[in-house]
Amino acid sequence: MNGTLARFGRRIAPQLVTLAVVVAMIGIVFPGFFDISIANGRLYGSPIDILNRGAPVALLAIGMTLVIATGGIDLSVGAVMAICGAIAATLIVDGYSLPATLALSLGAGLLCGLWNGLLVAVLGIQPIVATLILMVAGRGIAQLVTEGMIRTFSHHGFASLGSGNLLWLPTPVVIWVCAGILATLVVRRTALGMLIEAVGINRRASMLAGVNARLLIVTVYMVSGLCAAMAGLIVTADIRGADANNAGLFLELDAILAVVVGGTSLLGGHFSLIASLIGAMIIQAINTGILVAGFPPEFNLVIKACIVLAILVLQSPALQGAAMLFSRTKGQP
Amino acid sequence: MFAKTLLGASLLASMTLLSSAALSQTIGFSQIGSESGWRAAETTLTKQEAEKRGIDLKFSDAQQKQENQIKALRSFIAQGVDAILVAPVVATGWDAVLKEAKEAEIPVVLLDRMVDSDKDLYLTAVGSDLVHEGSVAGKWLVDTVAGKDCAVVELQGTTGSSPAIDRKKGFEQAIAGAANIKIIRSQTGDFTRAKGKEVMESFLKAENGGKNICALYAHNDDMAVGAIQAIKEAGLKPGTDILVVSIDAVPDIFQAMAAGEANATVELTPNMAGPAFDALKAYMDNGTVPPKFIQTESKLYTQKDDPAKEYEARKGLGY
Repeated sequence: MNGTLARFGRRIAPQLVTLAVVVAMIGIVFPGFFDISIANGRLYGSPIDILNRGAPVALLAIGMTLVIATGGIDLSVGAVMAICGAIAATLIVDGYSLPATLALSLGAGLLCGLWNGLLVAVLGIQPIVATLILMVAGRGIAQLVTEGMIRTFSHHGFASLGSGNLLWLPTPVVIWVCAGILATLVVRRTALGMLIEAVGINRRASMLAGVNARLLIVTVYMVSGLCAAMAGLIVTADIRGADANNAGLFLELDAILAVVVGGTSLLGGHFSLIASLIGAMIIQAINTGILVAGFPPEFNLVIKACIVLAILVLQSPALQGAAMLFSRTKGQP
Repeated sequence: MFAKTLLGASLLASMTLLSSAALSQTIGFSQIGSESGWRAAETTLTKQEAEKRGIDLKFSDAQQKQENQIKALRSFIAQGVDAILVAPVVATGWDAVLKEAKEAEIPVVLLDRMVDSDKDLYLTAVGSDLVHEGSVAGKWLVDTVAGKDCAVVELQGTTGSSPAIDRKKGFEQAIAGAANIKIIRSQTGDFTRAKGKEVMESFLKAENGGKNICALYAHNDDMAVGAIQAIKEAGLKPGTDILVVSIDAVPDIFQAMAAGEANATVELTPNMAGPAFDALKAYMDNGTVPPKFIQTESKLYTQKDDPAKEYEARKGLGY
């Protein structure tokens, strides 16, 4: 048990260090960063903003990690967010109850995932191509649902999913943390995680060993669709309106980036959900840091790119190998 | 045989006569598409204005493609319409088709956006002056704070887009003479509600919980609507603690104004077709050649202008 814990610590150490460095850097540029107070019955401050604003990418990263672990990729999550948000806003405007609205929207997410999963696992289409279809078409579907306008609503219960509080925290934070814990328990307390990794490392070998790879792959895409649906509900509830053009736009890339920063290989195999979630927080910390630092907006993307580049270079196998070699030669007499 | 031809010819002639008497004017309208609520409202209003004047409007939706627009223009020319309205999706590549229209003696009026072609190739362009919109917003703030110190935060449009550049420029020109007004923070909110809310949250944190901020200037209403939510969640009163001024005049900002949460908006009118039809009528009836650019009014709306009524008037336009 102690050994597993130590191994887990070593696994997420680079991500934790990176997050600490990014947060420290923001603290230097903007000294008021760490001020946390209680306002309107919840914690209030920039660190809380990072946890809150990072919720959509964190949720997407959970599904994306599992998909990537099987050697796949899901480009459609941004569009699925838009679809589910559009459906939820339309249903709530039409007078459906909150549970029915949530169930139908989450169901739509699962259906999108099922579509992707069938294309990949049954028809054998390459994941990047298969999910590209829904990425392009999905936004159009969302626009059809909203009839091309921003669907606004004033349902208090639904809005509180995005801007309400639970346990002194913004609701989205509670949602993604719970989803993260649940997913981790499911994949690590059962053999599921190991089976996913087996499929990712060698699908053929795992099938010969008796793993139902097809079912497993369809399932991870459905989980990804479900996570995207939750993210879509949160952003829709947050602005009290479904913006089919902009909801989740380019977020699939941030989600993939979170998984990569979290140290999971795009080739599939070993994965860590916790590391991906920390990766999502690193990305959001960079975003929030740029906003509070007060740079002109023209610099936003360049700064983000430079920081991400630095992180990935530090994590690159070549540099890690060199560091290991260096520490070994130093250790010898 | 001869009698049959004669009958056919006279029938055809009477039909032509009938149609020209019943339909005074046929005008073709090539719209970009329906990428935004504003665009949808422009389409609705163009149809309404045409109906009001008894014009037979031939509508064509280009779905954001120039090639579709050029095809539509060619088909309008082939049908021999009396005039053409076009909202060009891009600025370049119009020379050939505009020349064809000119040769067919069909006047072309540009709506909302400009083209890079020779000015002789179209009759006139109807549009809004983006710099002027920004300066109307700036002037409202100067008049409202009346000499008191005021720190402004600005939510810009998409970085590098012409509305973002020009609306920023106009606002800065308007407040240049007022030493009491300063822009303390300016960031892009990408014209969206979600980014407007997120960026406003960071402004509030960075400026002492919002206590340093006196006013918000947003380059469009959607970002302002998002920012208003952020201000409320920070425990401040938008419209009172922080003044809110934005541009576009979409229905939702009137709702916010009716609730006292927004203070002013500058209208970017979707009714570009009204002035265009008027100019065409004057040109066709009396030969009056309009100026090359007809600027639409950038009207300022405040809480005094019965925002609830404005909301009701706009909500059905397809925004």
